[in-house]
Order: sequence, then structure tokens, then C-alpha cells
Amino acid sequence: MTRAVPGAAGIDAGPRGSSGAWPPVVFGIGLLVLWELVVRVAGVPAFLLPAPSAIAEEIGTQFSVILSTAAITGGNALVGLVAGFVFGVALALLATWSRLVGELVTPVVLAASAVPIVALAPVFTTMFGSATEIPRRLVVTVVVTVPVFVASARGLRQVRPVHAELMTALAATPWQHARFVRLPGAVPHIMTGLRLAAPAAVIASIVAEYFGGPQNGLGSRITAAAANTAYARAWAFVAASIALGLLFHLAGLLVERLVTRGRTA
Amino acid sequence: MTAVELADLQKRFGDGDTAVHALDGIDLEVGAGEFVSLIGPSGCGKSTLLRVVADLEQPTSGTVLVGGKTPHQARLDQDYGIAFQQAGLLEWRSVVENVELPLHVHGIDKAERRARAVELLELVGLGEFAGARPSELSGGMQQRVAIARALAPRPRLLLMDEPFGALDEMTRERMQAELLRIARETEAAVLFVTHSIPEAVVLSDRVVVMSPRPGRITEVVTGERPGADRHVDDVRESSAFFTAITAVREALRKGHP
Repeated sequence: MTRAVPGAAGIDAGPRGSSGAWPPVVFGIGLLVLWELVVRVAGVPAFLLPAPSAIAEEIGTQFSVILSTAAITGGNALVGLVAGFVFGVALALLATWSRLVGELVTPVVLAASAVPIVALAPVFTTMFGSATEIPRRLVVTVVVTVPVFVASARGLRQVRPVHAELMTALAATPWQHARFVRLPGAVPHIMTGLRLAAPAAVIASIVAEYFGGPQNGLGSRITAAAANTAYARAWAFVAASIALGLLFHLAGLLVERLVTRGRTA
Repeated sequence: MTAVELADLQKRFGDGDTAVHALDGIDLEVGAGEFVSLIGPSGCGKSTLLRVVADLEQPTSGTVLVGGKTPHQARLDQDYGIAFQQAGLLEWRSVVENVELPLHVHGIDKAERRARAVELLELVGLGEFAGARPSELSGGMQQRVAIARALAPRPRLLLMDEPFGALDEMTRERMQAELLRIARETEAAVLFVTHSIPEAVVLSDRVVVMSPRPGRITEVVTGERPGADRHVDDVRESSAFFTAITAVREALRKGHP
């Protein structure tokens, strides 16, 4: 994890001057050097902690495998993210549109947030068979739906009274009210839900691979490498997982910024 | 055609001991093109009266006609335009798209509604801000956009609930002049709720003075609305203006001893 920290800190802090981005980078490099020194000087066994140089070497030799496995895991995360996002927003729209639907759906979705992904993955694999990516994508969908639903529902309910009165005065239909006021007004909230869900989608996608299915993603490579005592290689795939998570986090942040650009709220 | 016709209007909120008698025996006519202000202390029901006309509240009893129709039908037909104390612009739409909103809701095609919105922005003196975001405008400019939006469906009646209440005095006087010009050019009738005596006098053909609990009309004072040939600042310095202000003030005191 240490490897990810410098970059993440610099990104989270948003658009700063280059002088503001450098200290964490220097700090991160310093940590890596320290790590390397500790491993070499103290002779730490590889199963406990491989040296950064060894991990970097594995990243080099395994690069094409890392790319193809990351594409599989990332693809599953993306499909699940899109499906869960659409599903979450649609459910939130239904829940705010009809009180009955809201009272039926909200507790179920919130209960779904308490379902451990660990419990779902093997069950889905049994349901759909182990030769398909569907179970993993379903797990991601469930994980993504919850934060998107919660954030969207909150945004959709926060209609300013003056806007509600205006739509009534304009004799707008419920659908027009949703289209012209509720949905666009909720966009900042919906985007926050997407930003929170994006890295969670990657985590779900990787963890789901630990519970069966095709051996073609980052998660299955980590378990395979660790089982074969190829510790540095396992860490190389861990590093790739971190990079993939960061990529989704960044993409989520970028989409949020682009969509909510020029807003006061 | 009378713009608004109210006969023996009653409005109660709730029932039993906790009922609030908001409006009692209101009789009022607003003629076509006439500018009528409602003034009175807080709780006198002037906003409620406006909201009944707009079909945002239902009367308890009595007759309400808007352009000869029920308020409900008038609302569906977009016979009135409305402006609130808050401009209430949609911040995710550009200025011109905000003015287009009523036409957009009513399915007018894009080219036609854009042309109408641009024309209205010229009318309120904001032609060059069509592409701006509402957040880039000052409070007075936002309120002018809201007025342009209210005028978009070419209503014969404009309902305004303290539209200048949140503006500073200088901006407020400028907006009053603007509103007078707009009302003259569109020939729309205006029902205008305000707290300000000078504002009511300078804008209106008639100032309707109300008393609270229950809300009743205590007196109707003739206002000093200037015609096209007279500048509003001249009205503000005329003795007739001060006489009318005194008359409204005394009517307010009578209703609220």
C-alpha cells in the first residue's frame, strides 16, 4: 500500500501548483528506498516482504500479463459500475417519484449495503457457472448500486421550494418536474455517489475473483502467484491492482469535475 | 376582459380551534392592463391571495376568476406568469435557457422558444448575457431574468410576490422603472405583493391596503403609476406621490391599531 500513498495524496488535494505535488512524491520515493534498505540490510525473507527492486523486476517481466489481466478485472469493474450506476439512479428516481416504491425499495437497498460481498460471490458463481464473468459483474453491480442510490435519493429529494412552486405554476407534469428540476439538481449528489463507487467497483471486482470463476484477472493472479511462492510476482499484481483502483478513482473524480463544472452548488 | 375577479373570497388554513383565518370576504377586480399592488403587514394574507390566484392554494369559499377562467384552467393554459421573491433560476441552465423554461415545458420547438427568449432578454436589458450562467449575474439581474421568464408565454397577467424584496434600495428603484416600462410594453395586468409603501404607490394604478387576522381589504388608494410621457423619478419627487404615501400609511394604521 505504501506505493500508492504518495500519488493518491497528490491527486486528492486537487489542482495545486507543482511545488505542492512534489513533497509527497519525494516522501514516497524515500519510503521505497527505506523499504529496499530494510529488506537488504536486515535480510527479510521474500515471503514476508520482497524488495521493491524485485517487485519492479516482476512488473517488467510480467508486463503484458499484467495488462491483459488488468483489462479483464477493469472491464468487469467498468461493466458493473455502469450497470450499478444506471440501476442506482433509476431506483432513486422511482423511490422519490412514488412514496410506496420509496418505502419498499429504500430498506432493501440499505440492507444490501450490509451484505458482505464475500457472501455473494460464491453464490453467484454457483448460480451462473464458473466459466463466465457474470457473477463478478453482478457483485460489482450490487456494491455500486448502494452508494449511487443513497447519494442520488438524497439529491433528488433536495428540491428548492421555489423551484417546486415554479414547476407547479408552469403546470409541469411529474416527469417534466423530474427532467427539468429534480434530476439536474441532483447531479452533484449523483456524481459524488459515482466518485465513491468507482474505486469500490475495482475492489469488488478483485475480491470477487478470489471465489472462483475463470483464472484471468488480477485477483486470481495474486492468489495463484502467492500459492506458487512467487511472492514478488504476487506483489507485482498487487501493485497493478492499486494502479487500477487509482485509475478508477481518478476517472470518477474527472467525470465529477467535468459534469459539475460551473455550478455554484 | 377582467384580468382577475375575486368575490367574497375566504381562506382558512386547518380547522377547529387551530384554524387560521387568512382571508375574509375579499372582493377585488383587476382590469386588463391594470397594475394593482397588495400591501399590508406580515400575516395579512397578501401572499396567500396571490397564491390563490395562481392556483398554488385553494380557496375555502368564494369566486376566483382569472381571465374569466378558474385558476386551475388559467394555470394549465399558462395565462399568467409568476415571479417570486427569490429569482429561483435553475443554475444548471444558461440565462437564455432559463427564460425558455416555460416554453420548453409546454413543448414549443427550440427555434421558436429561443427567438422569444432572446427578444425577452433584450426587453429586460440583458441581451448580452444570454449565454451566461445565473451564478455570474447580480441579484437584480437574476430577478430581471425571472421576470423575463414569467413573460415568456405572453401572459395577460403577471403575478409578483415581493420580487424586489431582497434587492438593495438603488437596484430596487431601477427595477421599478424597468417593471413599469415592461408592463407598459407588454400591456399585461400586474398583481404585485409588496412591503414597501413608496414602491406600491409609484408602480400602481391602485394600492390595495390589507389588515391582518383575518386578512381583509381595508382601503383602496389610487396610486401614481406614471404613463409613457412621465419619468418615474419625477413621480417620486411630486407632491401627489407624497400625498398618496400618506394615504396608504394612514390606511395601514387604521387597519392595525
